[in-house]
Amino acid sequence: MKFTARTWKVGDNINTDLILPNRAFYLTPEEQVSYVFSANRPGWAEQVQKGHILIGGKNFGMGSSRPAARSLKNLGLACLVAPYINGLFFRNAVNFAFPVVECPGVDEAFDEGDIAEVDVIEACVRNLTKGTELRAKVLPAPLLAIINAGGIYPLLEKEGSIAPRLAAGR
Amino acid sequence: MGMTIAEKILAAKSGRVSVVPGDVVTVQLDTIILFDNNFVPSNWRDIQRVCDPERIVVVFDHRVPAPNQIAAGAHRTGREFVKRFGIKRLHDVGREQGISHQLVADYGYAVPGTTLVCSDSHTCSGGVFNCLARGVGGPDIIYAAVKGETWFRCGETTRYELEGKLPKAVTAKDAFLQIAGVHGDHATQNVEFGGSGVAGLSINARKTITTMSAELSAEFATFECDDVLTQWLQARTQRPFEAVKPDADAKYKAVRKVNLSTLEPLVALPDSVVNNSQPVGALKGTRIDQAYIGSCANGTQDDLELAAAVVRGKRVAPGVRLIVVPASQTVYRDALKSGAIATLVDAGATIAPPTCGACGGGHMGVLATEETCITSSTRNFKGRMGEPSSRVFMASPATVAASAIAGTISDPREFLN
Ligand code: SF4
Repeated sequence: MKFTARTWKVGDNINTDLILPNRAFYLTPEEQVSYVFSANRPGWAEQVQKGHILIGGKNFGMGSSRPAARSLKNLGLACLVAPYINGLFFRNAVNFAFPVVECPGVDEAFDEGDIAEVDVIEACVRNLTKGTELRAKVLPAPLLAIINAGGIYPLLEKEGSIAPRLAAGR
Repeated sequence: MGMTIAEKILAAKSGRVSVVPGDVVTVQLDTIILFDNNFVPSNWRDIQRVCDPERIVVVFDHRVPAPNQIAAGAHRTGREFVKRFGIKRLHDVGREQGISHQLVADYGYAVPGTTLVCSDSHTCSGGVFNCLARGVGGPDIIYAAVKGETWFRCGETTRYELEGKLPKAVTAKDAFLQIAGVHGDHATQNVEFGGSGVAGLSINARKTITTMSAELSAEFATFECDDVLTQWLQARTQRPFEAVKPDADAKYKAVRKVNLSTLEPLVALPDSVVNNSQPVGALKGTRIDQAYIGSCANGTQDDLELAAAVVRGKRVAPGVRLIVVPASQTVYRDALKSGAIATLVDAGATIAPPTCGACGGGHMGVLATEETCITSSTRNFKGRMGEPSSRVFMASPATVAASAIAGTISDPREFLN
């Protein structure tokens, strides 16, 4: 699990209400995507391209249990790297199969637009633009397994515990 | 090596002798709570089997009674789920209605040494009962309902020793705002509360602190068990339980003292409650459009009584809306009996039915462009209670009530003498 792409940067304490605001609550997961950061960075969601990498600040994803991680995944982002991540957001990311990497110092090591190489399994983050390298926290094996399986829902679907969902954007 | 309360329960429920920070463990769940948002079409996945209907509780709280067809449909899906699997504990609109975390308190759903999950971030509220409770995600809760277990990552624990006694008109909310203001977030950590000052705090007051710990980004927030707690639980549930004490040699990331006696009313400024608290005096005179008393953190009997004491014989300022939301029907009934509701209504408050309401920006008091609100609820993120340009200050129910009367942010100590 290795990604190389352009980065976008956001500041500290990005909360779930900024990622998935209440105004989008009743919409479909596909429609919710265009509301990501609409309050703090209007128009950003349209600029993101498939495979881009998000560099977050400290305590990324603070706030509610809403499926904010799903919106980042559906937006096409390859992964999130942040110094440390709110525990509930982290759970949602793993369970929706959106790779997340906790990497102290990453917020200072990148300027927006730098090219990153993120090796999730080796727990290594490189700034290819600046030629620097950071150690990240290892993602525990059971959690990596959930991400590799495509998240919790495919696991439960496969064993018949939940009905399959035909629409995209799980 | 000694363990903290959270570590002890994590170990016991994962069948291990011990756990240490960094461990990822699979834990047996005693109580699994689903709520109305889980049943909204974009979130719901049709469950084909459940682990054990006796361990499941279903609550409609975020949007009750249904404000629109989608919410109504979610409630309907929830009722069908309950019926299909023979789940006995359904808190529908009506006699047993309430916000899930308040119902946990009202009905004794969390007892010492047990585990509880709900896919609402303030589920850490249940830690007041010496229980390992936390908010999980939507997929987690469906997995939990099916399997009866989930994974937890064990973090380090920071312990707070509460000492002394709160002065008049200063509340547990202020104690929390002090901790959040000074120490900021506790992401990836547990918080544990103890100390000689705990005995003087009601369960409702302690619950404000565990509930608000979600704003610290804490994993688990736990209190020790004492006689006050034991009596509370024995009055509400037959379930047997055993208190979980931290080991004398438990290892903490930090141990910090909080002297309750020296606290004053605090207000969190808009957009965040961490590193954002100010003494109420610093904001004196700030005009408000709305004052909100409610939520899983501060919609208890204590909170309504305190607000009633502040507004008794006075009138809400012209142009200000005071919205009061009892956190459950139990609270509502008690506050009707005590006369608190009559006092609040006489002063000009609007009483909403038990619901999350405007706390989550769902309904019952949503804010318009550039409006200012002071709230006793849990969260004041940008746009949380309505339009992104609205401003939400956070304070205790006493401060909110005082501000409603004055029309500007005001010190409750001037109203309670
Ligand atoms: S009252 Fe507010 S914080 Fe509590 S569960 Fe409801 S929306 Fe969440």
